[in-house]
Amino acid sequence: MTKPFRQPAIYAGIGVIVLVAPWVAPSIVTQMAFLWLMVVFALTWDIMGGQMGYNSFGNILFFGVGAYVCAVVQRDSGLRYSSALALGAALAATAATVVAAILGPAVLALRGHYFAIATLGLGIAAADIAAGWHYIGAASGIVTPLFPGAIGDRGRFFYYLLFLVAAFAFSTLRWLYRTRFGLAINAIRDDEEKAEAMGIHTTRYKTAAWCISALFLGLAGAVAGNLAGFIDPHEFAFAGSSYGVWMILMAILGGRGTLWGPVIGAMVFHVTQELFWTYLLGWQRVAMGLFILLVVVFFPTGIVGWFQQSWSRRLGCAAGGLTPDVPSGQTGD
Amino acid sequence: MGNLTLLFHQPVLNLQLLIDGILVGAIFAFVAYGMALVWGVMNIINVAQGEFVVLGGYVVFFLAQAGVYPLLAVPAAAILIAIVAWGLYRAVIFRVVDKDPFNSILATFGLSILIQQLANQLFGSDVRTVESGVGSLLLAGGMVTISGIKLVAFIGTLVLGLVLVLVLQKSRLGQAIRATAQNARAARILGVDADRVYAATFAINGAICGAAGGLVAMTWIIHPYLGLTYTIRSFMIVIAAGLGNLAGVVFAGTGLGVAENYAGFVMGAEYQAAFVFSLLVVILVGRNLRLLRKREYLK
Repeated sequence: MTKPFRQPAIYAGIGVIVLVAPWVAPSIVTQMAFLWLMVVFALTWDIMGGQMGYNSFGNILFFGVGAYVCAVVQRDSGLRYSSALALGAALAATAATVVAAILGPAVLALRGHYFAIATLGLGIAAADIAAGWHYIGAASGIVTPLFPGAIGDRGRFFYYLLFLVAAFAFSTLRWLYRTRFGLAINAIRDDEEKAEAMGIHTTRYKTAAWCISALFLGLAGAVAGNLAGFIDPHEFAFAGSSYGVWMILMAILGGRGTLWGPVIGAMVFHVTQELFWTYLLGWQRVAMGLFILLVVVFFPTGIVGWFQQSWSRRLGCAAGGLTPDVPSGQTGD
Repeated sequence: MGNLTLLFHQPVLNLQLLIDGILVGAIFAFVAYGMALVWGVMNIINVAQGEFVVLGGYVVFFLAQAGVYPLLAVPAAAILIAIVAWGLYRAVIFRVVDKDPFNSILATFGLSILIQQLANQLFGSDVRTVESGVGSLLLAGGMVTISGIKLVAFIGTLVLGLVLVLVLQKSRLGQAIRATAQNARAARILGVDADRVYAATFAINGAICGAAGGLVAMTWIIHPYLGLTYTIRSFMIVIAAGLGNLAGVVFAGTGLGVAENYAGFVMGAEYQAAFVFSLLVVILVGRNLRLLRKREYLK
């Protein structure tokens, strides 16, 4: 098969699997829905961490903002379930994007260590503020409205909804990374001074990238908050030490700075995490800490990165079809 | 905001907050010494710093339960955590020194989660505290209390600062540490075993954190999830003071302690942590914006 035919075939295959999955395995539909959330996490983190070289520890902020905005809209708007959810999700995405646009110019002027720690602080500060703010339920969190349909439908509904968010994020990024925008943020990653000297308005590009990241995270937060049914400030919305770290880990595990890396990383990670939860109950969080450490220390290139390094040379071609965005910074220059 | 007016009606409260803040801030400075050392020498931001503090607190807690006089348990905690830190360097940290700085942040972050969860699993999530056995001073006719242990911690911080300066200036190890910090490659060429220097630096940091943890357990409380606030505080102090400025660390630490105490009093204790983390972002962005005018940035 020649290349132009192969890609649509792959995407169609994936699409069929995704569509039938909840009917084949209805007992794990919630876990599969969370899988799509993980994919969104990894993809949106990689815009910043992988493609632009800005390693954020606080992207969870936008997820939490989205979850809370949507839940508050659903609580106070008095609309029917579906319209309240739609309005809530739209406002959630907007709010998250606005927060990113406001914080962006100042926070993204920081670099390296400083950016990482500042964003870490942002995420935790947001959690503590949410836990003290009574309008949004303070430390006891906020409960999202009940899904009106049957119980079996609920899981499938959110599964498809989160898949839509993930697919929307993936296709947007796939397109963006091929445009001037992708080139610009890669240039910022490789050498910000030179990028600026070449006439790239770095602050604008950096803020735009963060806004895109925030947009999808806000959307995902709105939907995932409803899937979880209960939004806790520390454990769900601004869960810096679980979701917040996982998104980084998934992107690294899959391969930073590649399009498919975060997707693959999210899948491998999510399965691993479910296995930990099943077989190491009680110790699963300890195992997770160890897993993070091992991946970062021993496997920083990630699955796709490793595949590109060792196999594409041997096969001569194959890996290129799936991962068109080989970043120069990752493969060594 | 009712508390704000209270401050004006009862001026002596200010004195209490101020003194408490300065003494409390000294403990933050204590932890920050260690962070500055590791950062300056190894170019690693140790996110697990706060977890070392918490572990030190647990050592003192369990020793005190076994009947050891709490203040005597502090050196024991220092030694024990130094050994832990040395072991962690040999197992993990040496692999991320001299690499992409982001990797070391993430690796120590993973370490912090691992220690946190292990502590939770082994010691339980209960809030623990140790009775120091040191009394309190009453000033201004009983209006102002100074707890003895905070005073001990304050003096300890000043002494430790002096000891650190002396060790770094005079001792053979101190000279090796400074040489490695200035230029690791040149130090290696001149026969300094950089790897051992790093291990020693990390162990010294562990000792500092362990001792600080003991003081924290006696002054307030410890529980497994407390670590990150100490990491962030020490990071903030080091940023505000600038690397390699030990006196600055003491001033920044006490300043932070006072600011935090006032914020906790005025906004309520539930916002105190939020204040710390927001202040971090404000300080970072503020310092960076000043540099940006000269087309520079924090490095």
